[in-house]
Order: sequence, then C-alpha cells, then structure tokens
Amino acid sequence: MTESLLINLSVVTLFLPLLGFLVVIFLGKKFPKIYLFELVVLAAALVISCIMAFNKLTYFNGKDIIASLSWFKFNNVAGIGTLDFEIGVKIDNLTVIMLIVVNLISFLVHLFSVEYMHGDKRYTRYFAYLGIFTFSMLGIVITHNLLMMYIFWELVGLSSYLLIGFWFEKKSASDASKKAFIVNRVGDIGMFAGILILFTNYHTFTFDKIFAQISMGNLPFGSTAWLTAAGILIFMGAVGKSAQFPLHVWLPDAMEGPTPVSALIHAATMVAAGVYLVTRIFVMLTADAMFIIAIIGAFTSFIAATIALTQNDIKKVLAYSTVSQLGYMIMSLGVGAYAFAFFHLVTHAFFKACLFLSSGSVIHAMHHEQDIRKMGGLRKKLPITYYTFLISTLAISGVPLTSGFLSKDGILAGTLAFGKLTGYWFIPATGFLVAMMTAFYMFRLVILTFHGEPRDQHKFEHAKESPFVMAFPLVVLAVLSFFIWYTPNPIGADEGWVLSSWIKTPHTVVPQESRFNFMKDEFKAEVTPVSTIVPLQVITENKVNEPVKDAVVTQQAIPVEIHEKAEPVESNVVHSEMYEHTMHWAHYPAMILSVLVGGLGILFAFIIYQWKKISADKLAEKMHALYYFSNNKWFIDELYQNTWIAFTLLISRVLSWFDNTIVDGVVNGAGHTTKFVSKLSGLFDTFVVDGLVNFTAFFSGFVGLNFKRIQTGKVQTYLILVLFAVVILMFVLWSY
Amino acid sequence: MLTVGLTHFLVISAILFSLGIYGIITRKNAVMVLMGVELILNSANINFVAFARFGAFGLSGQLVALFVIVLAAAEAAIALAIVLNIYKTFSNVNVDEISNLKE
Repeated sequence: MTESLLINLSVVTLFLPLLGFLVVIFLGKKFPKIYLFELVVLAAALVISCIMAFNKLTYFNGKDIIASLSWFKFNNVAGIGTLDFEIGVKIDNLTVIMLIVVNLISFLVHLFSVEYMHGDKRYTRYFAYLGIFTFSMLGIVITHNLLMMYIFWELVGLSSYLLIGFWFEKKSASDASKKAFIVNRVGDIGMFAGILILFTNYHTFTFDKIFAQISMGNLPFGSTAWLTAAGILIFMGAVGKSAQFPLHVWLPDAMEGPTPVSALIHAATMVAAGVYLVTRIFVMLTADAMFIIAIIGAFTSFIAATIALTQNDIKKVLAYSTVSQLGYMIMSLGVGAYAFAFFHLVTHAFFKACLFLSSGSVIHAMHHEQDIRKMGGLRKKLPITYYTFLISTLAISGVPLTSGFLSKDGILAGTLAFGKLTGYWFIPATGFLVAMMTAFYMFRLVILTFHGEPRDQHKFEHAKESPFVMAFPLVVLAVLSFFIWYTPNPIGADEGWVLSSWIKTPHTVVPQESRFNFMKDEFKAEVTPVSTIVPLQVITENKVNEPVKDAVVTQQAIPVEIHEKAEPVESNVVHSEMYEHTMHWAHYPAMILSVLVGGLGILFAFIIYQWKKISADKLAEKMHALYYFSNNKWFIDELYQNTWIAFTLLISRVLSWFDNTIVDGVVNGAGHTTKFVSKLSGLFDTFVVDGLVNFTAFFSGFVGLNFKRIQTGKVQTYLILVLFAVVILMFVLWSY
Repeated sequence: MLTVGLTHFLVISAILFSLGIYGIITRKNAVMVLMGVELILNSANINFVAFARFGAFGLSGQLVALFVIVLAAAEAAIALAIVLNIYKTFSNVNVDEISNLKE
C-alpha cells in the first residue's frame, strides 16, 4: 500500500458516512428500510480504517503522511502577500487509531440502535443523524489544519445538538440540546480567538507549518505570553467539547438524548475530540499553559467524581464519570503524559461505550426506567448485560488485567512524576482520590442495579435480556476492555505495542525558557539541560522554505501533494529526559497505590451497598452538608443561573426595552412622519393634480357636447354654415 | 325711356343667385339641389357677360361664360352620376335623409 492510497482511503472513509447521511435523510421517508444502508456504509468505513491502520502501523509506523491542496487563495493581501488556505489530510499513528475507535464504536452503536430505537417515529432520521455525526468526527480526526478542524468541530456540535434534542417533544430534551449548543459556543469562541492569534502571526492554519515557525523561534507577537494565550484559548475549545470545568454542565444534561447516542457522542468519541485537539496542539503548549490545563483537568475530575457519588440516575452517574475521566485525560496532557492521555482516550472510549450501551440495555429491559433505586437483582434477568457492565466497571475502576488499569496507571505515574519534579503534589493526590471515588461509585452502580433484591417487583418481572443485535456490541466492547489487545504484559503498558511503537510523545517546539523547568535545584547538577533534544528545525525548515516538490501523482483527479516528516527520533523524550526518567521511577509506586485505592473504593462500595454494614442513608445524614452539596452538583448550575444567565437575561431585558421603546420609537416616528407626509401628498394629488386632469377632461367633454350638434351629417346644414362663414368673412375683409 | 344698364343685369344676376341658394338649401330632392347649383352658375354667367358688355374687356367675358357652360354640363353629368349611385345605395335621393357623413 502506497502513501497516496492511504490518503485516498482516508478521504473515502471520511465521505462514506456523509453518503450514508444523504441517502438516508432523503430517501428515509419513502423507504423505511434504507437505514440499513447506513449500517453497510459504516461497516465499509470500519473495514477500510482497519486496513489503513494495519498498513500504516506496519509499513509507515511513526511517519506523518500529509496531503494538502490549496482551497482558495487571496493574492496581494496588503502587507502579507499571498494568503493560502489549505485543506488536507494528516495521517499519523494517532489518526489511524482514532479512525478505528470512531468507526468501530459508531458501527456498534448503529447496530445497537437498530433494536433500541425500534418503533421510534423518526427511526430513519436517527440513523441519518448518526451518519452526519460520524462524518464530522472523522473530519476532526484526519484534518491537518486548524480551519478544517474548527469547521468539523462545529459540525459535531451540530450533530450533538440534533441528537440530544432527538426527542424534542420533551421539554427537558430540547432544553438540554440548547444548553449543550450554547455552552459549547462559549468554549468555541476561545478556540476561535486562539486560532486567530496563530493565523495573524503565521498566515496559515496548517499545524505543521505553525509548529515549524514556532520552533524557529518565531513567536506570536514576539512573546511567549501570547503563545501561552494561544494555547489556552485553543484549549478552551476542548474545555467546551470535553466538558471540563467550568463548562462541564452541558454533558450530564445531554443524557436526555437516546442512550446509544450518549454512548457514541457523549462518552466515547465527541467528548474525546477535545482531548484529541489538545494532543494535536500539544507541541506548542508552554509550561504555563500546560500547568493551567493540568489544574483544570484535575479539578474537573475531582468535582465530577464527587457529584457522581450521590446521583441516582444510572445515566447521570455514567455522565459524571465521563466528565471525571475526561478530566483525567486533560490532566494527563497537562502534566506531559501525552502517550497515556491518548491511550486512556482509546481504552476509555471502549469501556465507557460498553457501560453506556449496557445501561441502555438495562433501561430498555426496564421500560425506560433510569432510577437505580428502582432496580436491583437484575443479574439474574440480564446475565449478558451484567457481565459486560461488570467487566467495563472493572476497567474503569482500574483493576489489573483490564485496559483501564494500564492507562490509568500510566496517567497516575505521570502525575506522580510531575509532583516529584515540580513539587505540586496536589495533582497526583487528586488523581488517586478520584481513582478511589471512581471505583466506589462505579461499584455502587453495579451493586444497586444488578445485585441484591429487586426493589420494583413489577418491572423486574417484565425485564428480559436484550436480543442479539444489542448484546453483540456489548460483548465486543467488553472484550476490548481486556489488556491483551494493548500489551502482552498485564502490568507494563510500556512494553505493549501501543505505547512502545505506536504512540510517541512529540517534541515540543516552544522556546527553551517556556518549557517546563523541571530542574529543581536538587536535580540541576545531575541532569544535562534540555538542549540535548534534537530540535525540530532540521525537519521543518526545509518544508517551509521550499514548498514540496516531490508531489506524487495519485489516482485522484485533484492533484494531492504528499510530503512527509522525517522519522521521529528514537528516544521517547517528553519535556526533558528527566520527566521520562521520573515516570519510570513512578511506575511501580503508582501501580501499587492505584490498585490499593481502587480496591479500597470497591471494598467501601461492597460494605455499604452489598453487605449493608454501614447504612448509606445514615452516612448521608451524618455528612449532610457534603451529601447535599454533592447531590446538587455543587450548585454550579444554580450559580450560573443566578450569575451569568441572570446577568444575560437582565442585559437582554434592558436591550429589549431599548429596542422596543427607543429603536422602535425612532422607526415608528419615521413611519408616522412618512405617513403624514404621504397623506398630504395624497390630498394634493386628489385635489390639485387630479382636479386639473379632471377639469381638462370635463372641459373637452363640455366643448365636444356643445359642438357635436353642428355635425348633423346633412349637406345642407354644412352649406348654410359655409354661407354664414363667407358672409362673415366678407364683412371682415370689407372693413379692411 | 328707360335704358337697360349694368345695374339691371347685376340685379337680375343677384336675384338668380339668391334663388339658386334658396333652392339648394330648401329642396330635399338632390336633383332639385343640382338645379339650384345650375342657377348660381348661370347668375355668374350673366355677370361675366354684363361686365364684358359694359366694360372694356373685349370678348373675354363671353368666352369665360362659354367655358362655364361647358363646365356646368360636365358638372351636371358627374353630379347626376353621383345621384344615381346614391339612389342605388339608399333607395332615395333626399339629401336630408342621407346623414351618414356625421358618423
């Protein structure tokens, strides 16, 4: 397989779901069975992306395959010259892995929905929406520039809006969709501003060109502060999309959408887009930006976990757990554990999709009952769902032998290393605390739902296991939550193929002084400074200065330029070798600690909910304030309601008053004046102008009436007239 | 003894002219109207001849009178042809009933 073929295949994968969307949305009314086309298309996309991933990771491992073409150009822009807007595809290892994750989960969710959504009155439209979502998500994954990223970013926002509000007859659903859309816009404004900072300075949206400029020491407006600002602003987009504090409020509400949608969009793929965005801009993040990102991630994971402890809606618990895990990934990126953040993105996508689909299966079996207080004992009725749910719960809790253990352990090791090097120990402390809470609330969920005695006998009697098309995706996703797919060694993810050869931390391009300075005094003596890292200039300079000549002619009609980066340097250097080194040191302590805290969390869950040694109600009473606080989601929604929203409403009320009285007054005044003037002019018209016209007509009529009498038609009358005329003429002439 | 002078001729001519006008205006029958026209022409002839006799014009007055007579004959021929056509169209020759001209 050649590189051009890979490029072509990626474009084909991108447009297949769009084709599915178009066909299903336009033919859905006429042929209700057409939704099957969407499934076929998704299956094809999945197969193609698997082939791509196999070839990419086998033959082009670590190589960035980039194809770009000029979308449109502005020639002779004042002070700049030619502004070239490019569109293009960048296929690196991350891309192909994400392609598989997105297509696989999307396909399984489609399959699951066939049964879950059965009988819905907008059945085909649902599949069409899933198609446009998959298209936009794939667009985010394969694009090589910020402009296209932003476009697809908004498209996933749109499809998320459409799917959250899919049952728009419900007020809560339509409200939730609006909330999601608006909250995301807040983040996107920041992202847009960040993109514009970069574009103003570098006149390009393409990632690699921007990074090349930065690595040559060409900073935005000449200062690292602007670079930090650009990084944080673009990260704001991720804050919105990945539901980070303070914009996390939309995600729990988004659970109003159909459950498979929650699995696909609000757990596995779209919310991970924010994390993916940060991995894309990772190399240009300064130490300050990364520190802020780490703090936001840590804080988000903490508050979401505390809220999840006390929720009673099965989907709400999972939603907050998603927010918490996304916070984990963001925190991991912030502390520099890039590879583990992406690894956790992948593993989390599988086990969280499995959790959501399993919860969908439970909800389906319980006839749309979501309250876990009314469940219980479902293990006997739903054996398959129980085991898949249990396996993915084990994975999210970080129990050894699961995929979640590997990635979570890596993240925790990363935070530990960060704590050791910088002295900010609160970040690893938060990480471990959240790990414990995660294990606790996830097992609380399992025990309350599946163990014990049924609390709603009637619903329990009618519950029955889901059919094959629903169970199959669950099983596939549960199987993918085991360690064996990622590494042969269940306690050492580093040795697995994913981390040892597929995901490499890229070299930062920010200037020396704004990288993390891990050289606390005690380490300074023993570590060589960061300058030993091979700078990126070598790779990137020639790419910028001489536009790529070695264009490969591809089978496509449009000429696609293909160029490549040089092989990345072998060693897996993060910000300094020190960090890498410390992470290895932190590996075993992190593992032991995470198993310990996870086990502790699980133990507590069993003590309280399974064996009932401690009454949950009494505990809640004892810590009434905390319980109240957590159960009400830290009152963040209320806070926004009373500050931003109230403020916005106030402003809009003032503005509406201004509009209604002053602006409308001016307009109405103008209207009244015009009306008056036109009335006057109307009067003038009716009486003067029309009067003249009518008078003329009347006069000629009068004259005509009187003169028509002489026209008798009789010869003799005329003769008499002539005679008179002659006589008169004669008299007249006579007088001269 | 009364000598016949120019004045007498002119008076006769004027009487004839007036009779002609009267005929044209009062008669209904187109033929009678034509006869009125002939009277007017003849009153003019009398004037020509009278002025030629008492003036110093030689014979030119008589000559003009002869022309007028010839012309009157031609005119009568044409007018009678018109009257015949009118009769064909309207089945009568009364000029006061033929008022198509006003339409």
